[in-house]
Amino acid sequence: MKTFEELFEILKNKFNEEEDISTHKEGNEDVILIAAPKINLVATFLKNEPELNFDSLILLTGVDDENGEKTTNEDGSFDLSGGTLSVYYHLESTSLKHKLILKTSVPRENPVCPSVALVWRGSDWHEREAYDLIGIIFDGHPNLSRILMPYDWEFGHPLRKDYKNPEFYNGMKVPY
Amino acid sequence: MGVLDKEFLQENFVVSNLDAVLKWARVASVWQTTFGLACCAIEMMATSASHYDFDRFGLIPRPSPRQSDLLIISGTVTLKMASRIKRIYEQMPDPKYVISMGSCSNCGGPYWEHGYHVLKGVDRVIPVDVYVPGCPPRPEALLEGLLKLKEKIANESLIKSA
Amino acid sequence: MTNIIESKLKTDEMVLNMGPQHPSTHGVLRVELKLDGEKIVKADSHLGYLHRCFEKHCEAMTYPQIIPYVDRMDYLAAMSNELGYVLAVEKLLKIEIPERVEYIRVIMAEFQRIASHLVALGTFGLDTGAFTPFLYTFRDREKILTLFELTCGARLLYNYIWVGGVSHDLHPDFIRLAKEFIEYFRPKVVELNELLTYNKIFIERTANIGVLPPELAINYGVSGPSLRGSGVKWDIRREDPYSIYDMFEFDIPVGEGLAGTTGDCWDRYYVRILEMEQSLRILEQALDQIPEGDVSAAVPKRVKPIDGISYARVENPKGELGYFIISKGGLQPFRVKVRPPSFVNLSVFSEIAKGHMVADVVAILGSLDIVLGEIDR
Repeated sequence: MKTFEELFEILKNKFNEEEDISTHKEGNEDVILIAAPKINLVATFLKNEPELNFDSLILLTGVDDENGEKTTNEDGSFDLSGGTLSVYYHLESTSLKHKLILKTSVPRENPVCPSVALVWRGSDWHEREAYDLIGIIFDGHPNLSRILMPYDWEFGHPLRKDYKNPEFYNGMKVPY
Repeated sequence: MGVLDKEFLQENFVVSNLDAVLKWARVASVWQTTFGLACCAIEMMATSASHYDFDRFGLIPRPSPRQSDLLIISGTVTLKMASRIKRIYEQMPDPKYVISMGSCSNCGGPYWEHGYHVLKGVDRVIPVDVYVPGCPPRPEALLEGLLKLKEKIANESLIKSA
Repeated sequence: MTNIIESKLKTDEMVLNMGPQHPSTHGVLRVELKLDGEKIVKADSHLGYLHRCFEKHCEAMTYPQIIPYVDRMDYLAAMSNELGYVLAVEKLLKIEIPERVEYIRVIMAEFQRIASHLVALGTFGLDTGAFTPFLYTFRDREKILTLFELTCGARLLYNYIWVGGVSHDLHPDFIRLAKEFIEYFRPKVVELNELLTYNKIFIERTANIGVLPPELAINYGVSGPSLRGSGVKWDIRREDPYSIYDMFEFDIPVGEGLAGTTGDCWDRYYVRILEMEQSLRILEQALDQIPEGDVSAAVPKRVKPIDGISYARVENPKGELGYFIISKGGLQPFRVKVRPPSFVNLSVFSEIAKGHMVADVVAILGSLDIVLGEIDR
């Protein structure tokens, strides 16, 4: 079992560029921020290094950070431009019993993030869900398609903060 | 056994009109499609299991819609599911009945406002005969809905044109 | 001779669609099977037929308002869902919980575990062709629901466990009735074993079917009885104790391959039977030790947590249920993400169904014990 500081030290020694990896405190939890292009390398290292052995991905969360420029429309809805979308990875080692939260951010206009589906196969569906609801494109995913919404849904990604619901879908009225 | 073996010792016959016999048969054997959607499906299962015992009202679950008279929409209908529900309904032979069980299938229920993927009421895709309110309705409420449906069936006639 | 026939007959793979209306998919799951004769070459799951937009609702509701929606995710284990959610909120709020409340929560969660397992076992029997156990398990489940009804008035979806407490205290008769139930239920487990567990036909249908190796299970993130069926001793109640689970004595049953290979459908089934007995043990201790006290002392009037993130997890009857909440200091959460155990457990299905017969699909699905409300949210 390793503490957060020890884990960060190991990661920092391995990937020693300052701007690629840093810590961050969100409330009571410590998070390691990682530049998006590096996420696959870090994930492979975390899983395969015997003294870390993060063999299980508990959860992968996509988030719309709502930090872009807001333009309000006449009907009260708004559009966002710029800003970021983020992905949180909750990792756990079932043998060594330590946990870690990783975070990475991608720009809203070009939300491409490397996939970790080949490292932890359980992340396959989590990544599909993040793509479906938030619209983050996971590069290298074996089958990146919608999972919860209908396959022919063409009205965007519902969990984005500026999502607008359509009036009709396949002839059915959607609003109440 | 009671009345039957005391009164009908010989080969007897009973006089009745065809309409009444048909109604008697139809009211007493409503076959239901085994089809659960969401939380209400669990209450529907509980209604058909030991404690509440659907069978005593002649309700027998059939796995195929082609062999059933009644479709209980037990739960939230989503946009993805709506076309399938319509298809199941169309597979059922006439005369067919629909009970909408629970708030979700009545009107969208708790998902009416922010449910971007919830159909606000199953009656937007198929006709409904009886609405049972509740979230989820208790088994007693579903039984009440079934008795209401039986009243409706008893007031119909297959022979006389309305 | 056989060689000549094989070379002349050209066979194609067939696609078979199961669901969303199918009696054995436990809801509205759709499975697309690619078959070579009776053998499964590929099994794809299609989800989303019950996608009720839970996470969008969370962003529009205040923290206490979300609790009823939480109930409607895993509707077979609403109490456990509430517990997981309020733990995540309380972690953000950092409030002290009265001891009586902790006991009530544990009692409710364990009763819920038995109730959920009873449905799982009953419907598993139904899937493999045994109708009678279903009626027996529902008879016993009905008794637990009566206890819940006594406590909070609802049978299925309770809205009972609140942030900082529970909605109201136990009924004065509750402890007595609960103890009576435990006495009543102990022999019923034996009865269920005689009815189904050691039934020859049932063993034929489930032993050596859908074997899930432990390494694969961990890589996929499978948890709960499905993971323990593969022989991995992993239980959040023991590994990462929440509430007051560290105060009770209980064992963690794991699959041992008594009927076939470790990690087959029968093992996953049997782990649930053994778990019910352990739940009874926890319940007995909790009912004996429960202290008097106030149950709503810590309920805050306005739930307004600090900026930050929190992840809390509980051992749901189906596996590890986690809530990840991002707060930006407002009355509503900025983002709530659920880690639904069934979602993760189902993702391994296509892997373990390969090479089995069509009839085994229902056995494997039944043994994973999925709930679609939670998978699709």
